[in-house]
Amino acid sequence: MMKAIQNIGITIFLVGFGIFAALPFLGNFKLNEKSFDELITSQGIKSELFIENLKSKIVDKDFSGITSLAPIVETAINDANAVHSKNKEWGKKVYAGSDDFATAIRKKSGYGFIPENKGLMWLITFGLGIIGALMFILPQVITLGKKGIKNDHIYHQSSTNKGWIAWLVFIFLVSFYLVLYFKSEYAVNWTYLVDSISQSLSGNLAGHWFVYGFMYCVVMVVMAIRMYIKYRHNMYQMVRTTSVLFFQIVFAFLIPEIMVRLQLSYSKGYDFKNAFPLDYDFFFNWNLKELISSGGLGLFILVWGILLTVVIVPVMVYFFGKRWYCSWVCGCGGLAETLGDPYRQHSSKSLFSWKVERWLIHGVLLFALVMTGFTLYGFFAETGTVLGIKVQSIMNTYSFLIGAIFAGVIGTGFYPIFGNRVWCRFGCPLAAYLGFVQRFKSRFRITTNGGQCISCGNCSTYCEQGIDVRAYAQKGENIVRSSCVGCGVCSAVCPRGVLKLENGPLEGRINPTDVLLGNDVDLMELVNKK
Amino acid sequence: MEHIVIIGNGISGVTAARHIRKLSDKKITIISAETDYFFSRTALMYVYMGHMKFEHTQPYENWFWKKNRINLVKGFVEQIKHNTKTLLLSNSEEIQYDKLIIATGSKPNKFGWPGQDLNHVQGLYSKQDLDALEANAPNNKVCKRAVIVGGGLIGIEMAEMLRSRNIPVTFLVRESSFWNGVLPDGESQLINEHILEHHIDLRLETNLVEILADENGKARAVTTDKGDTIDCDIVGLTAGVSPNVNFLKESGIEIGRGVKVNRLLETNIKDIYAIGDCAEQHEAIGNRRPIEAVWYTGRMMGETVAQTICGNPTEYKPGHWFNSAKFLDLEYQTYGWVFSNKGKKEYEQHFHWRHSSEKICVTIAFHKETKKFLGINTFGIRMRHEIFDRWLTENRTIEYVLEYLKDANFDPEFYTQYEKEIVAKFNREFNSNIIPKKKSWKRIFTKTKASV
Ligand SMILES: Cc1cc2nc3c(=O)[nH]c(=O)nc-3n(C[C@H](O)[C@H](O)[C@H](O)COP(=O)(O)OP(=O)(O)OC[C@H]3O[C@@H](n4cnc5c(N)ncnc54)[C@H](O)[C@@H]3O)c2cc1C
Ligand code: SF4
Ligand code: SF4
Repeated sequence: MMKAIQNIGITIFLVGFGIFAALPFLGNFKLNEKSFDELITSQGIKSELFIENLKSKIVDKDFSGITSLAPIVETAINDANAVHSKNKEWGKKVYAGSDDFATAIRKKSGYGFIPENKGLMWLITFGLGIIGALMFILPQVITLGKKGIKNDHIYHQSSTNKGWIAWLVFIFLVSFYLVLYFKSEYAVNWTYLVDSISQSLSGNLAGHWFVYGFMYCVVMVVMAIRMYIKYRHNMYQMVRTTSVLFFQIVFAFLIPEIMVRLQLSYSKGYDFKNAFPLDYDFFFNWNLKELISSGGLGLFILVWGILLTVVIVPVMVYFFGKRWYCSWVCGCGGLAETLGDPYRQHSSKSLFSWKVERWLIHGVLLFALVMTGFTLYGFFAETGTVLGIKVQSIMNTYSFLIGAIFAGVIGTGFYPIFGNRVWCRFGCPLAAYLGFVQRFKSRFRITTNGGQCISCGNCSTYCEQGIDVRAYAQKGENIVRSSCVGCGVCSAVCPRGVLKLENGPLEGRINPTDVLLGNDVDLMELVNKK
Repeated sequence: MEHIVIIGNGISGVTAARHIRKLSDKKITIISAETDYFFSRTALMYVYMGHMKFEHTQPYENWFWKKNRINLVKGFVEQIKHNTKTLLLSNSEEIQYDKLIIATGSKPNKFGWPGQDLNHVQGLYSKQDLDALEANAPNNKVCKRAVIVGGGLIGIEMAEMLRSRNIPVTFLVRESSFWNGVLPDGESQLINEHILEHHIDLRLETNLVEILADENGKARAVTTDKGDTIDCDIVGLTAGVSPNVNFLKESGIEIGRGVKVNRLLETNIKDIYAIGDCAEQHEAIGNRRPIEAVWYTGRMMGETVAQTICGNPTEYKPGHWFNSAKFLDLEYQTYGWVFSNKGKKEYEQHFHWRHSSEKICVTIAFHKETKKFLGINTFGIRMRHEIFDRWLTENRTIEYVLEYLKDANFDPEFYTQYEKEIVAKFNREFNSNIIPKKKSWKRIFTKTKASV
């Protein structure tokens, strides 16, 4: 009975998901002259060459969803710019990006079933997806049986054991991020689905980042329900899941949209919990300019942003460990702890990975700091070139390599293969910073319960940060590691009650022991003295 | 260079090797017939249930052994010739040793039941047993029912494993209530209920009579002393374990049920030691059994024997008893001694508290007259080992333990705490007026430093 509901659920989910995945390639686009002129004006384009050229190629022509407009725009831009450069008509050069331009064209020119039936389209994509997923998840209250550790068959199932389902999910996620970051014109059909939601929040039509933000929340809510069912034996997980959900929906999603709606002086939305250097463009010159020029609110955000990184974050890490941010508040952590939970076992526990981790994550932190140094210097010295290097090119490199590829494509796309915290473990500069505080000055530790560990390895297997928890627990040592995000799952899956996340006095937090508690005291003294 | 040879790559042998390496530069060889690398036997069930892959049960990466200069030899030792200090392996290879550590662990008990050696009759001890179970009971189509014989810790693990694949399980238990030779009645009863909740066909006070074969020599049914015949495709024999010492019968090493050792873990033959499950103390230590087949004692013996072998003769002196286990979804911990109703000492009195709806309970044993705290069993509440170890050393009374019980709570954050209810019940039953103290980090940590 329950199985049947679940199977129907999967089918419904797959239908919704299938339609969603097909959308980028469907539909028709036809740009009329009026819209074209509006577009040209809004982009502030002065090049007649470009305008004529593009007009002849695009206006009143029918394009199907599959055709990419970006190359057409790109050619038009290049052709026009070549001539303008030759004639030294600098004012006429076109600086618009072809992807953004193509996306804007599509958004204005879609016609036919999809943009005309936005509500219905939402229902048969998001709607079916949500209903189907819930029909699969809710029966687990019964099918999973009594509350307790629920890891049966994780290594038997294709989806969670790197089987073909996992690879399909991997391909989808990676493609999805590639579209968002680099081929956003294909995301335009998705934006229609959530236009009305976007309008009711910010008053604007949806862009592809709105689709992403909305989807992020939906996915987190659905997968949080799964967390509540799976970890219902563990109150820590219940409270923590609620917390990440709250911060994602309210801070990352709603408040920024509402800020836009209120047309505050600071015209973009701001995620008040997103701390530098995770929020890597906070000190970029355009952002600083905007903050400084937008009056009281801008200044407040500027001061808040600095306070958050310099005072609030480290003080909180001192008291509670890095978990307060990484697994209670952060959006990346939030997705990892909900959508990513089925994949947490894939993080590598090898010593080699730990070495790679330390090089990479500290490298990214260094990169972020150096880049910020450059941008700040450039900002105050009012120059675009520092030490002979173009600040803009450093910023672009970081945004591309770290911001898009690492955090997005790899960070989330690789969930099904490398585990759910690839970004948090190997890449996040904020995590690296919090890690220092946690390792050297924090009340947080995972206490190992004396000699109770049986070396079974559940804790290590399910540590999403790839920490070999068992290596400490079986020696009776507490776990004090900079990378631990305090998700609490090691403690939740330990069959012997060995691990407890807790905040306590600094003294005695790190307790190297060579001999287990329970052995005669003289021997313990003898060995531990060495 | 002195050559230390260890037979058995389980927790005891490997711990001995690791500590000998820490303390010395001696040549170390570990011989084992079971697997190439050390793994955690305790985690076998999780592999079958799909929580882990077999490789996850290996606590050390494969490079560890070479890096620490611990030679691994895969082979079965058939004979120990102590006058020439030679081992004979089943492939006729000979290995010389200067000092020998026997750490050969246990084997599942078989009590001479007719049919006990048929196909599809197996224990759950080794990697090979795990592989056999995977082959014999891959799912509930191939294996329509399993019968498990023997109600101990491994039996209930095996039941949990098979249930994870929806295989119907009949569980034959000799006792009148599950594990009531070890647990007080209230707790044993709690587990009985929990077993039934998991749809396991629990048959108490029932003994196996015979295992019947089909025409291919595979088990097809069992008969019980209640006169029932139960059809099945697999029979799990989990009626305890005993030391794996058959190959030593002719060696001249003194054998009882296990390899007889003194407190230095020395056998009757010079330069031969025995540790872990296979070792049997001449005299039991405290309330402990002469053979202790648990994980941490194997570890402690390994640590101890390493000291002795490296020139610092050290007696095996296990501290206060503790242990833990899991019965399906119920976590169990114990510190000190709480005996079953059968095994209770004449001075021992129990206080029992059980949650009104959840499967959570606590039993505290104390001395009738002196009120000295003797031990605690908890189900569904985790306790802090260090605190109880300290209280046992300090000979605290039960009143003291209850007053400071919050210090000992080890449940994850945000869990409901029951100390108030527990103490209230004690106050009612014993006419006392204990008020539980708030948890204090200071108390939890100060003493620990002093004692280490
Ligand atoms: C399923 C299961 C669950 C358990 N769960 C727990 C638990 O939760 N908590 C707990 O405290 N304990 C538990 N135990 C008990 C615990 O695992 C044992 O006490 C412990 O493994 C014993 O370690 P050992 O080193 O003495 O021997 P073993 O681990 O048995 O190692 C001995 C090794 O020696 C090899 N060997 C034997 N004879 C020879 C020979 N002649 N030549 C070469 N090699 C040989 C064997 O093949 C084996 O590999 C469990 C046991 C099992 C089977
Ligand atoms: S050590 Fe435990 S709490 Fe920390 S990240 Fe790993 S599983 Fe989570
Ligand atoms: S801490 Fe718990 S989960 Fe980890 S190895 Fe030890 S007993 Fe297993």
